[in-house]
Amino acid sequence: MQQIFLEKIAYNRAVCDFCGACVAVCPHDSIELFEADLCITASCTLCKNCVYVCPVRALEIIDEG
Amino acid sequence: MKDNYDIVVVGAGPAGSTTARFAAATGASVVLLEKDRDVGVPVRCAEGVSEAGLTSVLDTIDERWIDNRVSDVMFHSPSGKIVELRFNQVGYILNRKLFDYDLAHMAIKAGAELYTKAYVYDLLRDDDRIVGIKFTHLGKKYKVKAKIVIGADGVESRVGRWAGIKTRTKMRDMETCAQYTACDVDLSSKHLHLYFSSRVAPEGYLWVFPKGEGRANVGLGISGEAAKKKSPFACLNEFMAERFPHASLLNCFAGGVPCDQTLATIVRDGLMLVGDAAHQVNPITGGGIAPALIAGKIAGQVAGQALNQGNVSAKAFQDYPRRWHKAEGRNHQIFYKLKNYIYKLTDEELDSIADAGLKVPKEKRSMITLFRAALIKKPSLILDAVKVFA
Repeated sequence: MQQIFLEKIAYNRAVCDFCGACVAVCPHDSIELFEADLCITASCTLCKNCVYVCPVRALEIIDEG
Repeated sequence: MKDNYDIVVVGAGPAGSTTARFAAATGASVVLLEKDRDVGVPVRCAEGVSEAGLTSVLDTIDERWIDNRVSDVMFHSPSGKIVELRFNQVGYILNRKLFDYDLAHMAIKAGAELYTKAYVYDLLRDDDRIVGIKFTHLGKKYKVKAKIVIGADGVESRVGRWAGIKTRTKMRDMETCAQYTACDVDLSSKHLHLYFSSRVAPEGYLWVFPKGEGRANVGLGISGEAAKKKSPFACLNEFMAERFPHASLLNCFAGGVPCDQTLATIVRDGLMLVGDAAHQVNPITGGGIAPALIAGKIAGQVAGQALNQGNVSAKAFQDYPRRWHKAEGRNHQIFYKLKNYIYKLTDEELDSIADAGLKVPKEKRSMITLFRAALIKKPSLILDAVKVFA
C-alpha cells in the first residue's frame, strides 16, 4: 500500500468517521481507508470531490495555489 | 483459513452475508471477509425497511431485529405543511446490529466461513484472470485463491474498480449523510417524518424514524453537489436546534449513499458486485437493505450454479444481472428519473404539491396522489410513477 500524504490536503483523523464516501467519489482511486487509517496516494489531482462529499469535513485543502 | 475457496465474498453487510449464504447453500466453499472488527458495526443506516423488503428473501422475521413498527408517513413541505399518508404495508425500523449479525450467522450456518479485521487490498491475478484476493489480517499479508470473487464492499466499491469496472459515484448521485440517534424526543412511534426543503436538506431529504421508547434516528442526506455549499452536519445541527433542542444524542454517524441506477456492469469473468458496491440502492429513498438482500440471493444462487457447471465466465453469470433487472433494477431506473426531477423542484413547487395532497382526503391519498401533483409539468413521468407506486 502506497502511503503518500499530499501536503496540500489536511486530514483530520479526530473528525473522520471512516465512512468511505470520499473513496467512492474519488476519480483516481487515490484514497485508501482501513478502519482508523486513511491515506491519500500520489495519483490525487486535488479535484476536491472528497473534500466536499465528506459529511464531517475531515479533509481540507491547505494551499489553493 | 484455507488458501483456496470456490468463492470469496468481500464485505459482510447484508449484501455480502446474503450472497455467501445462498452460495454456500448450493454446496460451494465460501469465505466471507469483513474489514471491520465486528459485523454490523458501526451502523451507517436509518434502519427503515418495508415488510415486503424483508420477506422477499427471509423466511421469518425475528422480533429481535425490529425496534419499532410504523404505519404512516408525514411529509413536511418547506413552509411547514404536513401531508399524512398511510403505508400500504408495515414499515420496520430495524436494529441493524442484531440484523447484520443474524444475516452473517445464517451464512455461517449454510457453511460459509467468516473472518473480521480482514482487509482486502487487491485482486490476485494469473495473467489477466482474476483468481482470488490479497488481504491483511492482524498485521500479516495473505493471499486466498477463489474461482469467484464477490465485491460486497459497500459504497467504496474498490473490488469492482480493481477489476476495471467504473464504480465511481458521481457527485450529484452521492448522498452525503449525517444522522443522530436521539433520545427523549416527543414523537408518536407510529409515524415516519420526511422533510423536503432546499433549506433543510438541499437535493435530498431529512428523515425522523422513531425507534420507540422516545428514541429516533434523525438524519439527512444531501447531494455531493449541494454539499459544496454546506455540510450535512451543518444542516442537521440547524434542524436539531430548531426541532429537538433538548434531545440527548446516543449516537452519531456519517456516511455516503450511492443514489444511482445499478452499474452498467456488475459481472466480469470470475467476479460479481452486489449491494451498494453495485449501486443497487433505491435511488429515491436511499434504501439499500431490501435491494441488498434480493441481489445477494440472486448472486449467490447464480454463483453456485455457475460453479456446478464449471464455468465462471461473465457470460455464465448473466442470469444475475438479468434477474436483478427484472426484480428491482428496472424500477430503480424509474426511481432515478423521478429523483432527478424531484431534486429540481423549488420550495414553492414543493408547497403546492403539499396543497394538492391535502385536498385529497387522507384515506384516498397515495404516493400517486403526490406524484401526480409533482409531475404536473412533466406528464410523461406520471406513467413511470404509476409503474413503480401503483
